[in-house]
Amino acid sequence: MNATVVPAGALRALLVALLVALLLVPWVPQLVYPVFVMKLMCLALFACAYNLLLGFGGIMSFGHAAFFGSAAYLTGLAVKHAGLTPELGILCGTLGAALLGAIIGSLAIRRQGIYLAMITLALAQMVYFIFLQLPFTGAEDGMQQIRRGRLFGLVDLRNDTTMYYLVLALTLGGIALIHRVVHSPFGHVVMAIREHEPRARSLGYPVERYKLMLFVLSAALSGLAGSLKALVFQLAALSDAHWHLSGDVVLMALLGGMHSVLGPAIGAAIVTGLQHYLDAFGAWVTLITGVIFMVCVMSFRGGVAGALASHFKRATPGAPTDNPQKPDKEK
Amino acid sequence: MTEIFGLPLSVIAGQTMLGLVNGCFYAVLSLGLALIFGLLRIVNFAHGAFFMAGAFGAWMLMRFLGVGYWWSLLLVPLLVGAVGALFERTLLSRLRGLDPIYGLLLTFGLVLALEGGFRLLFGSSGHPYPVPAALKGTLQLGFMVLPMYRAWVIAAALAACTLSWWLIERTSLGAQLRAATEKDVLTQSFGIDVPRLLTLSYGAGIALAAFTGVLAAPILHVNPSMGSDLVIVVFAIVVIGGMGSIFGSIVTALAIGVIEGWTKVLYSEASSTIIFVLMALVLLLRPRGLFGREGTA
Repeated sequence: MNATVVPAGALRALLVALLVALLLVPWVPQLVYPVFVMKLMCLALFACAYNLLLGFGGIMSFGHAAFFGSAAYLTGLAVKHAGLTPELGILCGTLGAALLGAIIGSLAIRRQGIYLAMITLALAQMVYFIFLQLPFTGAEDGMQQIRRGRLFGLVDLRNDTTMYYLVLALTLGGIALIHRVVHSPFGHVVMAIREHEPRARSLGYPVERYKLMLFVLSAALSGLAGSLKALVFQLAALSDAHWHLSGDVVLMALLGGMHSVLGPAIGAAIVTGLQHYLDAFGAWVTLITGVIFMVCVMSFRGGVAGALASHFKRATPGAPTDNPQKPDKEK
Repeated sequence: MTEIFGLPLSVIAGQTMLGLVNGCFYAVLSLGLALIFGLLRIVNFAHGAFFMAGAFGAWMLMRFLGVGYWWSLLLVPLLVGAVGALFERTLLSRLRGLDPIYGLLLTFGLVLALEGGFRLLFGSSGHPYPVPAALKGTLQLGFMVLPMYRAWVIAAALAACTLSWWLIERTSLGAQLRAATEKDVLTQSFGIDVPRLLTLSYGAGIALAAFTGVLAAPILHVNPSMGSDLVIVVFAIVVIGGMGSIFGSIVTALAIGVIEGWTKVLYSEASSTIIFVLMALVLLLRPRGLFGREGTA
């Protein structure tokens, strides 16, 4: 039920237009700054990967910045200190995040609901402190001058345009994978567990294993986003692993709509754009982010995607009837 | 001089004392968190922000109105507690019946709003708050020197814990609270105003946080982010202890504070991570927490 309901035509046309616009970005730098769009895409992938866990698995992690941040550091370490090529650097970051996801996930899924949120938050804080102290991370300065190098030793990534298309390809690939997972038998079992865990268990599904697999997958894709971010900015910083980012990604998912695959990407665009343009106002960013958070929780729980879906359904009477906006669980 | 692990006794005793002071902060904060969780079934992320608001409250009262420490200790918890109760009544109560995650998210938004607001008003740097005149100076204990103010913090925090315990376990209001914690619908059917109890206990939990904030103001620098790092540690403590019993959470908090203090002298690199490592261990060995009851997850 939870896939983005695409009312024939309208939304699909919108997606195609968006794709064309994304492909054209490097050619109109006077209109929009490509590096900013790259950041947007990294965070969109991060938000979608996070939402795989929150929206579809019903598991709320409050420590996803740990995966994003450690992948950024690992990529930096691989590229800068081990001299590996960028694709190997990305692979290192992604696999490292997956491993960390397996460790944190296996501890966290021992509890549920808000306890799980607190556990992931605490473990992510531990990861943050470890990075603060490790010698190679450069503490408050961050790990700087991570070279982008040549992809497969051939394509020069120092050029912003080639880097842009790499980020675009991997982001789209990651989101396509998420879409595929959600619509696979695995995805359906995961949603069944979210809806009624005891029933899924009684049907013989190894619930813990499914949850852990979902957690690892989400962590790995978050890591992919973090690795890309490290290459784009040639920087891995402590803020990539800070709980502020963990909170931001929850907001992205919530604001964009956590019951759709692409919703969180919209949320990521809104949040990142807001933070980018309000950057000059300093503490106002935090204040405004907080207020948006509260407004969303109070009266906009379906997010942009939820609102769009219900709007399109009203506009086109023949549209599919299943409701992507899950009725809020009674507890 | 006696030595343990090659360290003089006075160092060990001093760190134990510092650890106990931190443990006291943890204890009062986790007590308020447990009180709120018991009735409202939400994790109050904003607990640290209200702690910070308490410290700032004391600082503002002194700076702008010339109100001293002792009046602050009384007024600030009442004021901040009232703000908390208002927040519960106007916003948080509307989320009743939804997934408790939304309560956590709403209070997280409040954290950002409060931190951003205070940073806008007073900047990110710390503001010193003087130790009250009556508590300046030190106590000579023979094996160590104990600053008066720290001794007072421990005494005051333990008194707050004891008072809360007495209110909850030994008064009729506390009996209503416990009844509503167990079976809220049934309690309401006996004519007890449960929504009012919820507002009251949220306000009380917040007042405890603000009280801790005032206690901490002369020790920590008063700054907008002083609460959020603390609240994450308190979350870990709550996971370790389990929110089953008040007594359990207080004991856990004090013990964790002391262990953290010892880690600072024995292996200082681990002092910021030791609590989280302990949490991971507890999760491996006893997932429901040391004092947690089955089915409270």
